[in-house]
Amino acid sequence: MKEIRLSKVIVVTSGKGGVGKTTTSASVATGLAMLGHKTVVIDFDVGLRNLDLIMGCERRVVYDFVNVINEEASLKQALIKDKAHDQLFILPASQTRDKDAFTKEGVGRVMNELRDSFDYIVCDSPAGIEKGAIMALYYADEALVVTNPEVSSVRDSDRILGILAAKSKRAEDGVEPIKEHLVITRYAPARVESGEMLSLEDIQELLGINLIGVIPESESVLQASNAGVPVIRDDTSISGQAYQDLIARFLGEEKPMRFLDVEKRGILKRIFGA
Amino acid sequence: MQEDLFIEETSADTTQGPAFELKGSSFTLPILRLLSSDLASIERGLSDHLAKNASFFENAPFVVDVEHLSERGWDVDFSLLCELMRSKNIVPVGVRGANQEQQASAINAGMAVLTGGALQSLTVCEPAPLLPPTISYQFATKVIDQPVRSGQQIYARDADLVILGSVSGGAEVIADGSIHIYGALRGRALAGASGSENTRIFAQILEPELVSVAGNYQIFEERLPESIHGKAGQVYLFENKLSFLPIGR
Repeated sequence: MKEIRLSKVIVVTSGKGGVGKTTTSASVATGLAMLGHKTVVIDFDVGLRNLDLIMGCERRVVYDFVNVINEEASLKQALIKDKAHDQLFILPASQTRDKDAFTKEGVGRVMNELRDSFDYIVCDSPAGIEKGAIMALYYADEALVVTNPEVSSVRDSDRILGILAAKSKRAEDGVEPIKEHLVITRYAPARVESGEMLSLEDIQELLGINLIGVIPESESVLQASNAGVPVIRDDTSISGQAYQDLIARFLGEEKPMRFLDVEKRGILKRIFGA
Repeated sequence: MQEDLFIEETSADTTQGPAFELKGSSFTLPILRLLSSDLASIERGLSDHLAKNASFFENAPFVVDVEHLSERGWDVDFSLLCELMRSKNIVPVGVRGANQEQQASAINAGMAVLTGGALQSLTVCEPAPLLPPTISYQFATKVIDQPVRSGQQIYARDADLVILGSVSGGAEVIADGSIHIYGALRGRALAGASGSENTRIFAQILEPELVSVAGNYQIFEERLPESIHGKAGQVYLFENKLSFLPIGR
């Protein structure tokens, strides 16, 4: 008898590019797998794939998402098992096709197949509001809306929230809407204090959705990306810890927001770095 | 409220000091707003109405509002009207909304001519069934129970529009009727899109990019004036100009 799973499709989206969607997708998927949930993370950015690099599996990509949609390969062939966590799988994007490869039916069929064997399906959306982004959010149950503390990012997130509410399958079917969570990335308390960046309160007031995590700006994110290790696995990084908090909140734990205040840097920290 | 001057008599002592002082004060007076010039139907209406509130109105001063009649060029016989009112134990003290002829006739009948004053409550004398009551407009209502996000456009055709949430910057809400926003208006709101000038825009937080009532629009590159920015307020057309008024001060 097949085990019944209550799987959840989570889209990581933002509208705007370069705000940290792929970093967030990689860390969220890894974080869920670290806690024992069987998780797959899918790269919807056809033609500009990055997730495999951040997950450190770029040399193991043979088949991709588009091959599976076109039935040129099975899911089993295309899924890449993470080296560190056996509960974590990556479904990479195609580097050679374009976004027209996606069809609602094709993506839906793959989603259904994944729902049979995974607890969480994390969809890493491309930037923009075109087909790739629409497909990434279409089947979602929950959404992580990644926003930087600046007006253009907030505006684009607002746009994406409108699309979530209007164009997703849940909206079309008229069932309970997608659960929206706000993730603020690249948050720099000092620059908020000086007025260069929008504050948490400003962003929340403008977007009006529940805040699930604030990821502070940190060099460790870039280092982690270059090393192909999701930053959530770096316990010494404040960004990694903030992602761990986010996962705990996503799973229903109460955790106060951390790393929101300007750090008083001591002389040792100034010399050796944070 | 009618502003009045009245003369206050001071002590009867005639040997010293002035005989009186002039002071200003304001009184709330009931207004008899005539919707018909037919004295017989006015008489009937007054009898009915005063019978219910006889002691309350006994010897009460009344202002007669004839605006409705003067607008239509209907005449009133003020001396007969005053006689009628006194016979009902109410005192006609003045007239408002009269045209020049009516003013002269009212003065002749011993009434004062009052100007200004805002109507608060009306004592309406039921008219002979000549005209239907004025209805500014009648629209259905369209309710949107989620925020309107950047890039979205909502149009309520032949309807009022109620938004249970905020209208974000870059979003647009349009209605042929009025627009009510239970949240912040940060985008564009256009009421009376098919030309109804009686429509209004209401929002709990007014921070619009653009507002328009019946095609009269205003763009806000900067904030609204401090007195209204970010506050609950309404936007309406007054003498063909957009006016902004806080709600619930």
